[in-house]
Amino acid sequence: MSQFLQQLVNGVSLGAIYSLIALGYTMVYGILRLINFAHGDVYMVGAFIGFYVGRLFHFGSGESAWGMPFLAAMAGSMVVCAALGFVIERAAYHPLRKAPRLTALITAIGISLLLENLGQLVFGADPKDFPPLIPRASYTVGAVVFSNIQIIVIVTSVVLMLALQLIVHRTRMGTAMRAVSFSHDASGLMGININRVISFTFVLGSALAAAAGILVGLYNPKIDPLMGIMPGLKAFVAAVLGGIGNIPGAILGGLIMGVAETLTVGYLSSTYRDAITFVILVAVLIFRPTGILGKPEREKF
Amino acid sequence: MRLKFPGSLIGGLLLGAVTFAVLSCAPDENKIRVGVFNSLTGLTATFGISSSQGIQMAADEWNARGGLLGKQIELIIEDDQSKPEEAALAVSKLINQNRVVAILGEVASSRTLAGAPIAQKAGVPLITPASTNPKVTQVGDFIFRVCYTDSFQGVVCARFAAQNLGLKRLAVLTDVKNDYSIGLAEYFKGEALALGAEIVSEESYSEGDTDFRAQITTIKAADPQAIFIPGYYTEAGLIAKQVQEQNMNVVLIGGDGWDSPRTVEIGGEAVEGSFFCNHYSAEDTSHLVRTFVDKYSKQYGNIPDAMAPLSYDAANLLFDAIARAGSAEGAKIRDAIAQTRDFPGVCGTVTIDAERNARKAAVMLQIEGGKLKVYDVIQP
Repeated sequence: MSQFLQQLVNGVSLGAIYSLIALGYTMVYGILRLINFAHGDVYMVGAFIGFYVGRLFHFGSGESAWGMPFLAAMAGSMVVCAALGFVIERAAYHPLRKAPRLTALITAIGISLLLENLGQLVFGADPKDFPPLIPRASYTVGAVVFSNIQIIVIVTSVVLMLALQLIVHRTRMGTAMRAVSFSHDASGLMGININRVISFTFVLGSALAAAAGILVGLYNPKIDPLMGIMPGLKAFVAAVLGGIGNIPGAILGGLIMGVAETLTVGYLSSTYRDAITFVILVAVLIFRPTGILGKPEREKF
Repeated sequence: MRLKFPGSLIGGLLLGAVTFAVLSCAPDENKIRVGVFNSLTGLTATFGISSSQGIQMAADEWNARGGLLGKQIELIIEDDQSKPEEAALAVSKLINQNRVVAILGEVASSRTLAGAPIAQKAGVPLITPASTNPKVTQVGDFIFRVCYTDSFQGVVCARFAAQNLGLKRLAVLTDVKNDYSIGLAEYFKGEALALGAEIVSEESYSEGDTDFRAQITTIKAADPQAIFIPGYYTEAGLIAKQVQEQNMNVVLIGGDGWDSPRTVEIGGEAVEGSFFCNHYSAEDTSHLVRTFVDKYSKQYGNIPDAMAPLSYDAANLLFDAIARAGSAEGAKIRDAIAQTRDFPGVCGTVTIDAERNARKAAVMLQIEGGKLKVYDVIQP
């Protein structure tokens, strides 16, 4: 039983990271009906920005106030990735707004490959050790061991998700986002600047991906330019599982994915680690194509 | 006329291009070309870099002494990005495009196994400095190695755990994407069981994974005294960290895949007190080791891991064989390599046996204060 609880803790920590990435997928899909395959690579860039910011602290004063390097890396990386998300949208997707949906999808794959290869060129292809922004510690509760990093991963994710809920439901921009996701034309007629809303969505999603990048760097301190591929795909599956376009659905989907993956590795075999993701995807597509929390969508004419 | 002019121009250009291609491909008669394929980038980059530096040092020394068969040695080094498929491409390129007389390379068994069949088919001798999987030299009679095999290394690790340390409850965490790791784990388990130890848990991961908590939680539930991790340094360091995170009180034991400065960099205090099996110790006081370590440190600015001296030995052994063969012909070089007896290498004396393997002693190192200390030397 304690083993199961421990696996659950491991799974939820991993799932929280998937959830953060899945949010970006689901928000962009909700607004543009576009699957932004470059999203996983924005997460990779986020981890690398955190790596460089963290190293500044590491080689600088040595002793710094608790949590400062972590907060600095988090803030720096979120800002840079938000800008990156803005640029990607403006340069790659904005000109294709009126093009068929497939064109934008292929462009997304192109941007993804571009970021991966650019990453190998700029950061180097060999894995880097993420600096320990926070000293590691472990706490035992009963027979279950929590590491402080696991607690930070979960708490940070929850805080960011709550902040996102507030933005989407309590601000003017959030209201505009929900309106645009309902209908581009109608919200345009109501005086909403659609392009601004779309840019804002990309900025928000990319910042969340950057946060996920930093958290994963802390949690599993090895980062490389291709690290975004698998988590990106898994987060995409998580978004589909929860119901793509649905924000609570993405969070739920991410948690389910993390726990399913951990239990598979713990009780079956590590060989099925990635397979379970796609088994879940196939099952969702067959039995509940709209996802757990997704609402059936009528085809528009 | 006006139509003919572009035609002849294009024809001339084509002819020029072909001539250029042929000329640039033709081997330089005053050089002996030796190919090297190694992982200069990617997951196990430190292996390939150390290895290539060792080979370069050997070639420079031979060239300074007047070269080989009256010619200078030219090394052609290809990067395989730590990927088996790229390793196969690199070997094809070295043989077909660069027309090398012999090949040195790959540290990792998976990648040597990808390249070796191509060299074997083309009749180009290949010496691997550090691939320990027994299958490597079974590819054919042109494939050699200058290190011990995993059947020996696995037995050494199992004896060390069960007899020297007296640990009877053992767990194994294998990299299932890696021939080296799978082979080493098999030999370890066989010998450990024969010695009366118990394998309480067997878990696996895939090269490139970063989260091992699920496996470690399962291993923890089986309550082992030691975990054998026959993987490479990147994963070994991360695994050690996550083992420490779970407050486990176990001894970690690894194979020569741990031999990189990055093990300590990544693992930090989590790898303190761990043991791993290696080919040599940089602290050895013998003349050969001291000369090599001093020269290498001066040239490259760091203490060499085992990949550098092994590769240095492999290159020296190859050049020596070419000199003895008196020819750069594949079959003659192969025969000369096969006849190598008591070759004095930095990592011990090498005698090539009938299976084209080297019989050598293993060194058990312990990580202490971030440094590698010799714990035991085990003879074959």
